Amino acid sequence: MSATDYAPKPDTGGPAQPLLIVKDLQKHFPVRGGLFGRTQAKVQAVDGVSFEVKKGETLGIVGESGCGKSTTAKLLIGLTEKDRGEIIFDGLSLGQRLPLKDLRKGVQMVFQDSYATLNPRLTILDSVAFGTKVQGLKDPNGLARKMMDRVGLNPNRFAHRYPHELSGGQRQRVNIARALAMSPRLVVLDEAVSALDKSVEAQVLNLLNDLRAEFGLTYIFISHDLNVVRYISDRILVMYLGEVVEVAPVDSIWKSQAHPYTRSLFSAMPSMDPDNRTQEPPLAGDPPNPINPPSGCRFHTRCRFASDVCKSDAPRLDGLAQNAAHMVVCHLYDAASGHPRAGQGIPA
Amino acid sequence: MLTYLIRRLILVLPVAFGVSVICFLLVQIAPGDPLTAIMPVDATAEEQDAMRAAYGLDKPLPVQYAFWIGNLVQGDMGKSIATGRPVAGEVFGAVQNSLLLALSAAVIAFPIGIFLGFLAGYFRDTWIDRVVTAVSIAGVSVPNYWLGIVLVIIFSVNLGWLPSMGAGPGGSSEWEWNWLHMRHLVLPAVTLAVVPIGIVARTVRALAGEILTQDFVQALYAKGMSRADVLRHVARNAAATALSVMGLQLGYLLGGSILIETVFNWPGSGFLLSNAIFQRDLPLLQGTILVLALFFVAMNLIVDVAQAAIDPRVQRT
Amino acid sequence: MALSETLPAEPEPIAIPQGYWSGVGARLVRDPLTVICASVILALILGAIFAPWLGLADPYKGSMIARLKPLGTEGHILGTDEQGRDMLARLIYGGRLTLFIGLMPVVLAFFIGSTLGILAGYVGGITNTIIMRTVDVFFAFPSVLLAIAISGALGAGIVNSLVSLTIVFIPPLTRVAEAVTSGVRSLDYIDAARATGASALTVIRVHVIGNVLSPIFVYATSLTSVCMILAAGLSFLGIGVRPPEPEWGLMLNTLRSAIYVNPWLSALPGVMIFVTSLCLNLLSDGLRSAMNVRD
Repeated sequence: MSATDYAPKPDTGGPAQPLLIVKDLQKHFPVRGGLFGRTQAKVQAVDGVSFEVKKGETLGIVGESGCGKSTTAKLLIGLTEKDRGEIIFDGLSLGQRLPLKDLRKGVQMVFQDSYATLNPRLTILDSVAFGTKVQGLKDPNGLARKMMDRVGLNPNRFAHRYPHELSGGQRQRVNIARALAMSPRLVVLDEAVSALDKSVEAQVLNLLNDLRAEFGLTYIFISHDLNVVRYISDRILVMYLGEVVEVAPVDSIWKSQAHPYTRSLFSAMPSMDPDNRTQEPPLAGDPPNPINPPSGCRFHTRCRFASDVCKSDAPRLDGLAQNAAHMVVCHLYDAASGHPRAGQGIPA
Repeated sequence: MLTYLIRRLILVLPVAFGVSVICFLLVQIAPGDPLTAIMPVDATAEEQDAMRAAYGLDKPLPVQYAFWIGNLVQGDMGKSIATGRPVAGEVFGAVQNSLLLALSAAVIAFPIGIFLGFLAGYFRDTWIDRVVTAVSIAGVSVPNYWLGIVLVIIFSVNLGWLPSMGAGPGGSSEWEWNWLHMRHLVLPAVTLAVVPIGIVARTVRALAGEILTQDFVQALYAKGMSRADVLRHVARNAAATALSVMGLQLGYLLGGSILIETVFNWPGSGFLLSNAIFQRDLPLLQGTILVLALFFVAMNLIVDVAQAAIDPRVQRT
Repeated sequence: MALSETLPAEPEPIAIPQGYWSGVGARLVRDPLTVICASVILALILGAIFAPWLGLADPYKGSMIARLKPLGTEGHILGTDEQGRDMLARLIYGGRLTLFIGLMPVVLAFFIGSTLGILAGYVGGITNTIIMRTVDVFFAFPSVLLAIAISGALGAGIVNSLVSLTIVFIPPLTRVAEAVTSGVRSLDYIDAARATGASALTVIRVHVIGNVLSPIFVYATSLTSVCMILAAGLSFLGIGVRPPEPEWGLMLNTLRSAIYVNPWLSALPGVMIFVTSLCLNLLSDGLRSAMNVRD
């Protein structure tokens, strides 16, 4: 695959314009029940999420299962319809100046379960070429073969096989080839390497890095594995119960986590160094029910530093005093919040 | 449970409405004028129109339906064209006889089906399983109206043991609980029982086989429970599904007895139905179908509620 | 440079690439009971089609003096019916209408029910509600009752039988198609296909149909036996095929008057119905296990 075959839609806003801006994205799933099957409650899967992705960068999204990572991913490519909020892709707002069909030319997705995302009745080539055929590209099969070759699958050997005849790593390469055959500018990778063996995972991560450099891609990389996210991301976004709690450059967040939740998330990570064991107590209990999330700061039920203001008032996203690029949603960092430790942050 | 019951009752209403619409439309799809049978041959055009107006047939269909359903809720299903008697009386008398036949068949079929199915499920992949499977496949494949004829040939024609026609001596249709009448019940009930035996055996076999391989059964054995006690656990787990299959089968028996009733001249709803068809007695046809279908709807409701009462998992769906 | 040459090769799976249907075919052929049943059905169908060239007697020509001859009569190996017509000829010719009315409704209902069910299952929402609630109403009728009700109202005749039986089998096929489709609809590969910007129709055509059709098809084959019995049953009741056409259900009916004269002769048409329906059932079971569709 040469760079000339890769024909994404041309850039419009210039390098300063973020490739993706998400504003106040919200998705609540209704829970039906009772006598007439009316909506009884709503699962607040994604609740007021805002962030930006710059051109060429990789944004990692981390959080516990059920925090809304995957729903966010599906909202971004329009697989799930948003209740509220705005998705702006390269300056064009989805649903206004950007039709869904055009968004899908620019944004593609790689899913977690490499087997479930491939139609068992289609050959690998048919799966990879499906999107290119749909988009009416020239020579869709040739394009698909080139992209298969580029991701490390010899098309002569793999084109006419079925998904069940491939290993997990090979299947995930197929999924990557399928996404890239559409020449997207942004690829959403939803737990794309989580189901793979460690050695295969490393190969696929390297492949993703190479492809990003070669095709000038932008990634949103969703994972629960902090080490993997650190390896591939430029910035990390932490979600808790459908909300953003912290966004920061990878080095900054790795050095010091600002939000108490992020802190416990990182300390739960097994350390490679036996002399550097964590002193932080692990996070207790399960995340609260997203049907009826806690008032104020959603983390206050599990937070060691929670005070009255955390129960009543929701904190806002704001840059840290010492580093504005490191943003956090916590009363501890807001001098005017009314928290007893306001403006002091959490003790190191 | 109460919420479930009420919700289920409310869900039945649109189905019952749909059933009534279909029964109403049955008369509309019938070729020919529904009044030809009672209209004098030499009726003038004016007389025809007058008669049509008298029966409300000059009104648009929804209005006719409203009239029909209005009479229906008052228990008036119209008059039989052939006999002139009210349809309701004819139908309920016949349904009683059908119910007697269906229940007798159920009494024969369900214990045999459960026993065979459990045997096959317990001795899975042995010769017992194979024999039971063969019997149940034959059971569901047999055209029961033909089986009825074969049984008549064997037990009435050749052996002369049992009567082949009617519900009582001398072709009487008045049922009495004595041997003379019950002799007439034997052949049709056995014939009708064959298909549900096959179906119940199949269901129970699958259920028993499935449950016996589940982890909790292994756990019961592991904690030292006796074989009989384990079987009791398995039976309770299978009961809800088995019950629902049998409940539906009872409904099918009532509807499915039509052909058998014809074979044995059993004075039930099926017999009434075939008379109605041949005499083009559309009100009677409509009424009979409606009562049988509503009975089936009610049966479904009872089964669902009973299942929910036994198995709490059902209520959540 | 292609990465396939630089990366360490992952262990290669040994499975031989082969289509799904050739695997099903291979498994079917290895199952003797299924092969026998398929042969019987095939023989009946071929016999029905080529009946005029089999050197049989005229199935419509009766004889007053040769009525109800027993089995094994010279010239009438299976005897004669109540009008002196050759039973063998009538049974073989009878396969024409019986098999046609017994199988065609399932074929028609398969197409109509699959379309409705796939539509309801894929689109969901109000479309699903309208289609499935209508189906629920038809489910309130036991199949025998519904068939007799519609045929009874429409009157006897081949077309009317086809219509009423098709109506009987559309609801169950729609319900199965809907269930299978909404199962497939929630799978990731449908999401992946939708993410390409493909229209609903394209996604259904390429990704849904191939994955839902075989379970629906297996279910449809399991209905053929019931349909056969019902179709012959309608004729047996006198609201299906009209005399003098040879049809097994109708023959069973007209021969009932002969059960005291020549009982076993009168049971013959029923044997044909039974054998056919049994073979259809076993064939469907064999197909189900060969296609690995779970109950």
